Amino acid sequence: MSLTPFKSRDFKSHPAFIHPAYTSTVLRGQTRPLVAIKPSLSELTGPVYGHDAVGELDHDLTKNSIVDGPPIGERIVVTGRVLDEDGRPQPDTLLEIWQANACGRYVHEADQHEAPLDGNFLGAGRCVTDADGRYRFYTIKPGAYPWPNHANAWRPNHIHFSLFGASFATRLVTQMYFPGDPLLDLDPIYKSSPPGYRELMVSQFSLDDTEEGFALGYNFDLILRGRNATPMEN
Amino acid sequence: MALKQTPSQTVGPYFAYGLTPGQYGYPFRELVANNLVAADTEGARIRIEGCVYDGAGDKVPDAMIEIWQADAQGRYAHPADPRSSNSSFKGFGRFGTGTDPDNRFIFETIKPGSIDGAQAPHISVIVMMRGLLTHTFTRIYFSDEAEANQADPVLNSVEESRRPTLIATADGAVYRFDIHMQGDQETVFFDV
Ligand SMILES: [Fe+3]
Repeated sequence: MSLTPFKSRDFKSHPAFIHPAYTSTVLRGQTRPLVAIKPSLSELTGPVYGHDAVGELDHDLTKNSIVDGPPIGERIVVTGRVLDEDGRPQPDTLLEIWQANACGRYVHEADQHEAPLDGNFLGAGRCVTDADGRYRFYTIKPGAYPWPNHANAWRPNHIHFSLFGASFATRLVTQMYFPGDPLLDLDPIYKSSPPGYRELMVSQFSLDDTEEGFALGYNFDLILRGRNATPMEN
Repeated sequence: MALKQTPSQTVGPYFAYGLTPGQYGYPFRELVANNLVAADTEGARIRIEGCVYDGAGDKVPDAMIEIWQADAQGRYAHPADPRSSNSSFKGFGRFGTGTDPDNRFIFETIKPGSIDGAQAPHISVIVMMRGLLTHTFTRIYFSDEAEANQADPVLNSVEESRRPTLIATADGAVYRFDIHMQGDQETVFFDV
């Protein structure tokens, strides 16, 4: 059978493993050159989680953890498409997201930031892309939060995204940022990807996706590795 | 049309309630766990465990490991594998190192078969953690497959002195596989 391998990961776009401005990378980033692997079924296949895997409210973070009322904060719609480098839509792809609440607090025991939790908001969601590669989440705009990387360090507002795409090789974990955030220029994680690439992580305000009287719309497309032109013989 | 790849970012310290909620006790249904075995799964039950070590030799308590593997007959549960697995074995697992008292990752699974008769049995691995901006890929091979390992094209593409970093050590049905991000024993990571 013939299989079409993927174009390589673009390390102009992806951050270096060691990025000293983000101090935790210094001891945790790998240091030796990656060893090239000839793609086989192990790399060209990957976990399959279809539409039946996600629950009815999994994509709606404003509803999926309600105890006694709606969560506090600015309701938003986050929508976009998962495409490959050649613009091909990636259907049936599981997207998982997690984020802080409107006050910049995560429901996580390691988060000791002194900001209120919201008993009606967990901040976790997932959905599966449709035939056009499109996804849609309803959520609350996350707040900025402090972190101990350097003096007076604050993470810009962001939503964490995790997805696989077509295979194990196309795996991507990234963060979606918001347009016009003054913290972006001060954030070593955002800036770990060079200019010309990092902007791909900034969502765009969309009046078209804004739901009247209900929620502001933001557009965020995710671009995964494309396929090589020539199939390989397996 | 040539679009640019969306940059990778770290999974951060707070992935648990989004990606491994059941393991960490958050009220969100878990989609993927560390037990890959169902009642009808064919194959030898094994456990894989290990720690992730940083450049100072300290165990990383907030790493997340994902594994992807074939079934006992070397078949992947994916449409690109025409033989496709015929059981409920999905072959995918995920575990964070934050809940085990020793900060291990632990997987209950089966020993995979060779996928093509040429490659030795192996499990594909993705490593993520706070402080790792781009995930890394590695592989788990098995110490009790010495003959197959000798002939494996991927292992043979790695310089000999570093091959042991890819081989899990058997103690009965338990295989130990530690991951070293840096240092003399730095694990081999692949450009997949
Ligand atoms: Fe975060």
